[in-house]
Amino acid sequence: MDNNQIAISVNNVVKSFRIPLEGSSGLKQKLINQMKGRRGYRDFTPLNNISFQINKGDFFGIVGRNGSGKSTLLKTIAGIYSPNKGSIEVNGTLVPFIELGVGFNPELTGRENVYLNGALLGFSRSEITTMYNDIVDFAELNDFMDERLKNYSSGMQVRLAFSIAIRAESDILVLDEVLAVGDADFQRKCYEYFMSLKNNNRTVVLVTHDMSAVRQYCNKAILIENGEILKSGNVEEVAQEYQKLFLHNDEASKSTDGDSWGEGGVEIKNVKVKPNKDTIRISATFHATKDIEPPVYGFTLFNKSGTDVLEANTIKERIKTTPVAKNNSVTIDWEFPNILADGTYTLSVACCDESVTNYYQWLNNAAEFKITKDERTSGIVDPKIEVTIR
Amino acid sequence: MKLSNVFSKRNRVLLRELVVTDFKLRYQGSVLGYAWSLLKPLFLFAIMYVVFGVLVRLGTIEHYAVYLLLGIVLWTFFSEATNQGMNSIIARGDIIRKINFPKYIIVISTTISALVNLTLNLLIVAVLMAFNGVDLHISALLLPLYIIELYVFALGLSLFLSALNIKYRDTGHIWEIIMQAAFYATPIIYPLAVVIEKSQIAAQILMLNPVAQVIQDSRHALITEQTITPGQLFNNPIFILIPFIIVIATFIIGALYFKKNSRFFAENI
Repeated sequence: MDNNQIAISVNNVVKSFRIPLEGSSGLKQKLINQMKGRRGYRDFTPLNNISFQINKGDFFGIVGRNGSGKSTLLKTIAGIYSPNKGSIEVNGTLVPFIELGVGFNPELTGRENVYLNGALLGFSRSEITTMYNDIVDFAELNDFMDERLKNYSSGMQVRLAFSIAIRAESDILVLDEVLAVGDADFQRKCYEYFMSLKNNNRTVVLVTHDMSAVRQYCNKAILIENGEILKSGNVEEVAQEYQKLFLHNDEASKSTDGDSWGEGGVEIKNVKVKPNKDTIRISATFHATKDIEPPVYGFTLFNKSGTDVLEANTIKERIKTTPVAKNNSVTIDWEFPNILADGTYTLSVACCDESVTNYYQWLNNAAEFKITKDERTSGIVDPKIEVTIR
Repeated sequence: MKLSNVFSKRNRVLLRELVVTDFKLRYQGSVLGYAWSLLKPLFLFAIMYVVFGVLVRLGTIEHYAVYLLLGIVLWTFFSEATNQGMNSIIARGDIIRKINFPKYIIVISTTISALVNLTLNLLIVAVLMAFNGVDLHISALLLPLYIIELYVFALGLSLFLSALNIKYRDTGHIWEIIMQAAFYATPIIYPLAVVIEKSQIAAQILMLNPVAQVIQDSRHALITEQTITPGQLFNNPIFILIPFIIVIATFIIGALYFKKNSRFFAENI
């Protein structure tokens, strides 16, 4: 391949850290360790012989679990860390966003912080002055720019930082989970920005856990696990390989040690989830420890960010239940179309009286399961969509 | 670190922002604000004047109070530049861990902040010189050269100390002790003549220290020709060169040590 097309070339990079054992970095400890013949540190190698290339115009995803070494890789590419072995060649200017608002000082005004942060991103004063109004308008902070940053809400700070960041005109952008912060509105702005980067063929390196973002924006990706590349190249293959890392056994669901509350009278047992490609089946057994009036049975599904994706109970479903005598059990099966988006879900199951005020038992985290399918949409649901172009 | 890159446009912009920020933050929240930059040396002078101009008179040098103040102002610069320079890399750890840029910019920015303060202090010295009727000679033009020498010395030490401070946090405490000893080993509050009376060799050893040489030469150039300079103390010109050699050697060693270690600042802070 023509050398001019390569934006970043990572060649056999090894990065290890010395972690001091005694916590202190003092002279005394060094002397003591020397006398006792101890090393006083242990080696930790988050990157072990990593090689790959990123071409100009690539939207390149780096995925991996927490602690896999992907952030270390990102910082090494950004030049913040220096590799112990191997080399990294970068063609063109590179701006990293390991964090938004680098150098922001709470004692300075919004305006002063714009210039300071801008200087760190490589802008001159006059360049910032030219785009200052755009930055402020985009952040929607017109009335606050002469107030000190410490009086800003965290949302305002993020908006200001993001508004400066998207002005960066470097050849290569390096982004680390910038999406992890902010509300839905902010995330939408981020996605729009990503889309514009993709459409303008900018070279972007994105580190993320979010497989739908990887599928949507990246044209290439690598999966890092224990400091090594587990899979590289095709985005879909990498995303699937990543999701496989989280499948513990062949079982698609596992029961967890749920915490429960309620006034007693019913014990919830044998909660099971069977997610298939087309349907999801949930079943639970309710064991009465006293005579109870016709109760209400229900469940709630939460996704990883804690949003309740689905709530269902027998009252809403207008199903009549019958009284349950002491020591008798009732088993309920629910089945519904699998339109859930990919991700991890937890299930809470509950049983209450007809007024839905007195709970016999509410069992949190009754089960946890994963949905991994060939997703064609993004969002919290993934229904089959019939598309007709007329 | 190519020399042409040291002051590239991007680095100059960053340097300027860091110095301006530092200055803005220094008197943040105080009622008098920037006025403190001028008030502090003024009060210092008042104290000097009462203690050494009225109560204790060491030696018979003319314009003794201004002579004292110039010495103290130069020492204050040296002490401030090396102390803040030494801690500057740790203090900016948050930025270093998030973005890659030449780390020496940070050390240069803090030493320049100290230089800005020195300039303000020298304004006060100038006002008091006029007030005391000190005659200005053509030799006063040498002062900027001495200040450059002192700055290079302070910068070299700051580069070395800031890198060493990352490895051993004891550096700050050790430097504090060295500076306290050095304050009394430098003829700042006492005239050099007092030492010469006791021992010519001791005085000569003291004057090998670049800070002592800069202070004495500056006083000679600006305030009174009664100041004893290294030129008068040594017969052999080689000894006169030693302070300059120390300055250059310190700067080179400091810069090289800093360059060698700065690659690993982000992970060691």
